[in-house]
Amino acid sequence: MNLSQQILQYILSGLSTGAIYGLVGLGFAIIFSSTAIVNFAQGEFVMLGGMLSVFFLEVVKLPLWLAVPVAILTATMTGVAFERLAIRPLKQATPLSLVIITIGGSILLRGLAMLFWGKDTHALPPFSGNEPLTLAGATILPQHLWIFAVTLLVITGNKLFFYYSISGKAMRACAHNRRAASLVGIDVQRMVLYSFALSSAIGAMAGIIIAPLTMTSYDVGIMLGLKGFCAAIIGGMSSGLGTVIGGIVLGLLESFGAGFVSSGYKDAIAFVILLLILIIRPQGLFHRGESERV
Amino acid sequence: MKKLLVALSVLFVCFAATAVVAAPPIRIGGLFAVTGPASFLGEPEKKSLEMLVNEVNAKGGVNGSKIELTVYDTQGDVTKAVQLATKLIKNDQVVAIIGPSTTGETMAVIPIVEKEQIPLISCAAGIKITEPAKRWVFKTPANDHVAAAKILLHAAKLKQKSLALLTVSDSFGSSGREQLKVLAAQKGFTIVADEVYSPKDTDMTAQLTKISGAKPDAIICWGTNPGPAVITRNLKQLGLKIPLYQSHGVASKKFIELAGADAAEGVMLPAGKLAVYNRLKQNEPQMPVLQAYDQAYKKSYGVEASTFGGYAYDGFQLLLGAVKKVGATPEQIRNGIEQTRKMPGVSGVFTMSTTDHNGLDLSAFEMVRIAKGDWELAN
Repeated sequence: MNLSQQILQYILSGLSTGAIYGLVGLGFAIIFSSTAIVNFAQGEFVMLGGMLSVFFLEVVKLPLWLAVPVAILTATMTGVAFERLAIRPLKQATPLSLVIITIGGSILLRGLAMLFWGKDTHALPPFSGNEPLTLAGATILPQHLWIFAVTLLVITGNKLFFYYSISGKAMRACAHNRRAASLVGIDVQRMVLYSFALSSAIGAMAGIIIAPLTMTSYDVGIMLGLKGFCAAIIGGMSSGLGTVIGGIVLGLLESFGAGFVSSGYKDAIAFVILLLILIIRPQGLFHRGESERV
Repeated sequence: MKKLLVALSVLFVCFAATAVVAAPPIRIGGLFAVTGPASFLGEPEKKSLEMLVNEVNAKGGVNGSKIELTVYDTQGDVTKAVQLATKLIKNDQVVAIIGPSTTGETMAVIPIVEKEQIPLISCAAGIKITEPAKRWVFKTPANDHVAAAKILLHAAKLKQKSLALLTVSDSFGSSGREQLKVLAAQKGFTIVADEVYSPKDTDMTAQLTKISGAKPDAIICWGTNPGPAVITRNLKQLGLKIPLYQSHGVASKKFIELAGADAAEGVMLPAGKLAVYNRLKQNEPQMPVLQAYDQAYKKSYGVEASTFGGYAYDGFQLLLGAVKKVGATPEQIRNGIEQTRKMPGVSGVFTMSTTDHNGLDLSAFEMVRIAKGDWELAN
């Protein structure tokens, strides 16, 4: 490969890992924007999506087209159960204690997955073949196209849902001011439940479409969750394009960092960026700072 | 009353008599990480050892003595390993210990066995366990650098001059990376790229792209699943035609399954002989042992024997040989193990000496190539 081909390949690699981070990050952003909780169990729903579809495909022997929706459904139910059993019972909890509960929840989910499915790594078959597509000397897999497509679909769906549907608008209202939202008649608890359902469904979907590429095991949620969190922070916890762009920025930085600096510093680059953004622009790269009227 | 007394004394005499006839049991201990993160090592080790002890006892023991085995689970925890080793020596009064499963635990237990003068046969691979040789410490897995040397030997045979390294950033990968660099320099290879990845990375195309820019004759990847499988797939995705070597860390069918037979085609790696024994020549010295172990394990537990269980298997055979040849006190067992010459085991053919308490050489591994989703010998 010559240099320009290499650069193109870094861009493609960065885009494809970045889209994954963005998709995982969207789950964080959705829950944050309706509850102000950072749900650290989000990575585990990504794991659940992958592991459940392997389980339904290989143990229950469902065909792929059926295993995927069943897995998403099961993961969503788990998300709903998580909200009902762990988040809702705490009436007057501060966001901080809820965040800590989500960390506990993630450890529990990971442990259960390990007990049920063991510690082995599993791979899903690719959705449409494994023949790489060549683009001016750089290559990409058909599965990457699936990832791009699903990401676009989720962004558009989110935009429509949050800006044009009554539940979506209500969820945004809760994010702005819970008390005011409940005063105008919005059932805040129900909105919180919706946000958990939605984000676990998106998380599971992300876990499923990446499983043919990255493989899955009971502990993939930790690192993917952290990277997704990074993406959401860069994007300013927006439930749309911002987080996905955040993920892509992260992916590109990682692949160029590995290519031109050193692959040993790849993760360090990501987390240094995270810290810098938290210090310099805590509202994210694309947000204008919000002014609060007193 | 008198009758009772007579009966009792008869009974007593009987007991005394049997006690005189049967030799005292030989107490040995096992320390394995049966649960916890290293359970993939500890579980087959424990099972193998228990299987062997039952087998020997069913045949009447060794030199008329039954073997009493006590196994403790260290959970891969260094502190627990130390406590349990002390317990084995002080409470259970064992004459020898097989285990622990990991290098960290073994290093922590070494001072205790050296002080108490109890032979320890470790099932961990770290080179520092037996280098320098410690009086009471032995180990059965081959050193990592043996696998590294095997790869480089093969590369030299194929006239590959420039090499690229792609290693995982954990202790296994970094020790492999260091040894590969030292050996490569000694044997006149040039390292043109030296890249790393983290154990949980999901895409290594960036590293491979950088490597392809350096135009190496071959890539050596050092890691345990799933990283190497991702790399194998990424290499295929990028359409690079650079020969790929993997380490012995992925020498199981699981790797082929994860990477996909298509992408794994042509990948070469050093594997313990257990993985490929039915492809070896019949006159291979390890053949009978490999066959016997695999079949006995399958019969007892219904699954294929693993290289890891083989570490405990070899440990027990070393111990048994020493007891048969020399005797059953700790000192005699230690001397007996050190005198082992050309004993075929699962991990290789053991020849111990006062300076070599591992006893394995390059023949412990066999270079294999993956072809059509299965192993074939690469010669």
